[in-house]
Amino acid sequence: MKRIYAKEEYCLGCKLCEVYCVTSHSASKDIIKAHKLESITPRLIIESSDNLSFALQCRHCDEADCTRACITGAMQKDEETGVVNYDEERCVGCWTCIMACSFGVIRREQAGKKVIAKCDLCIEEEAPACVTNCPNDALVLAERAEEEGVQ
Amino acid sequence: MSLNYRCPEFLVERVESNCIECQACERQCANEVHFYDQDFEKMRAKDENCVNCHRCVVICPTNAIGIRKHPSEYKENHNWTAGMINNIQKQAESGGVLLSGMGNPTKKKIYWDHLLLNASQVTNPSIDPLREPMELKTFLGRKPSKLEFDEEEQIKDLPPQLELSAPIMFGAMSFGSISINACKSLARAASEVGIIYNTGEGGLHEDLRQYGENTMVQVASGRFGVNQDYLEAGAGIEIKIGQGAKPGIGGHLPGEKVGPEVSKTRMIPEGTDALSPAPHHDIYSIEDLRQLIYALKEATDYQKPVSVKISAVHNSAAIASGIATAGADIITIDGYRGGTGAAPTMIRDNVGIPIELALAAVDDRLREEGLRNQVSLVVSGSVRNSADVVKAIALGADAVYIASAALISLGCHMCQSCYTGKCNWGIATQEPELVKRLNPEVGFERAKNLIEGWAHEIKEMLGGMGINALESLRGNRLMLRGIDLTDRELEILGVKLAGE
Repeated sequence: MKRIYAKEEYCLGCKLCEVYCVTSHSASKDIIKAHKLESITPRLIIESSDNLSFALQCRHCDEADCTRACITGAMQKDEETGVVNYDEERCVGCWTCIMACSFGVIRREQAGKKVIAKCDLCIEEEAPACVTNCPNDALVLAERAEEEGVQ
Repeated sequence: MSLNYRCPEFLVERVESNCIECQACERQCANEVHFYDQDFEKMRAKDENCVNCHRCVVICPTNAIGIRKHPSEYKENHNWTAGMINNIQKQAESGGVLLSGMGNPTKKKIYWDHLLLNASQVTNPSIDPLREPMELKTFLGRKPSKLEFDEEEQIKDLPPQLELSAPIMFGAMSFGSISINACKSLARAASEVGIIYNTGEGGLHEDLRQYGENTMVQVASGRFGVNQDYLEAGAGIEIKIGQGAKPGIGGHLPGEKVGPEVSKTRMIPEGTDALSPAPHHDIYSIEDLRQLIYALKEATDYQKPVSVKISAVHNSAAIASGIATAGADIITIDGYRGGTGAAPTMIRDNVGIPIELALAAVDDRLREEGLRNQVSLVVSGSVRNSADVVKAIALGADAVYIASAALISLGCHMCQSCYTGKCNWGIATQEPELVKRLNPEVGFERAKNLIEGWAHEIKEMLGGMGINALESLRGNRLMLRGIDLTDRELEILGVKLAGE
């Protein structure tokens, strides 16, 4: 499946991926309203140390620990799209998935009734907002056969 | 000194209702202008640090930032301008030489803008380049006085030529003065479009060797990175005598820019200043120049055309004639508006002559002396658009070098602060965190688009004149008319006044 990969050698650490992720997951879809009126948790994290930085999103693992850890079966991997997502109706907010994720890319949602926040690959859009809006093409959505085994 | 006597040059304006405090501006400003104030919970700016490079303006996702000239003005004075007063304040602080980046920005006549092109009407048909073939192919190098063919109908003894798909090359910019990612962008773009880029005098980085066929390797007074491999790696060799932005003086790449890669490429110790002397210490005459030209030809088995680059100065025509007789295959003349990473301001703004006049004078002189076919003529020094290219060709050039325009395509916003090493666009810097801002995958595409766009426009202009091959425009000054020029200027340019 296509996943988001970071080219850390070109990541500016500008965090615009975060800005556009928040906008894309807001109710208003308006960049200013999303930041001033809503309180959305970004679906990605930005790792940085000294001059190195990159954005990290859910890897949508083939055998995802979060789906196995989920006590209600809310976290599922969609067999068709490959996207790991969760059903907010079934989620009881135990946060076991947050503890289970070895990448640390599932976060508590600060707003709305959703309990967790994680990357959904902007599956309804043409491409993820972070990829489309990265000013230096440091994020790509790509099929990488050799990395299909990534857990 | 406790008090800085200078007023800030720029004012950072922020539309508060648009600012989402994402702090991207802060993270992208190497000059430390923007900062987030936790007490006020908003972004603030230190205006005095701003160089107006527009990085924050462009990166701001909500278009909340505008930079403008600081409103504080000196009392009106046409003699003592703000620039002059600021320069004196700077020198009173530092006691040093005033430095500037990029080309001469002063308000002097730009001859390109006083030249107009012709177009066909009724009596001769214009050509539509979208429907009919249009030839921009350009060969640079010595052209034989007569052609002889061998048994296979191939030209006998044709001197080496550089082949260009359009009459444009990327001008000399060394690795050191610009970042490796800027070099990679230009080299790859040149290779994809089928033109030439110039290494400048910084040697040839290993990663760029793959673009050898599209490389002009430069030999300058510092001889950085020059060895047998280097000479053979490119398609041509250029001896740099002078640079339009700073005729008569050498170069100085400060030690802090000489990191491991620059050190390896230039073959000098890490952290040492790379000093290019003002003259070549082995060239004090045309005869000496001839020795170097032939030394380089011998070293490369007469397989590479040798170019000699000089800055446009008072005697350019006579000097060019000497260079042609010395055996150069290409003469490059760099006008006084040519760019630089760093030059003393007084030199940049006051030394040299306009490229348009130098070009016309050199072309005339070489024709008069029957030398014109022996050398190709390349000009540079602020060729700003495709119309400037066409005018240069009509005045007599074979091709042009563009460097400032190429950097602008990569993101440069002409803040003219290259010499600070803090280029926020990742171009004129060696700081790893700034260099990575220019992704060569993005950069090469932009530089390539620029050349392709200009090539389309050149074809349109040629078509309009009823010409279907660039060769028919070379030195065809009848396709030019002057406006707002004196008789003497028109005479030097060899151009008639509009209406004549």
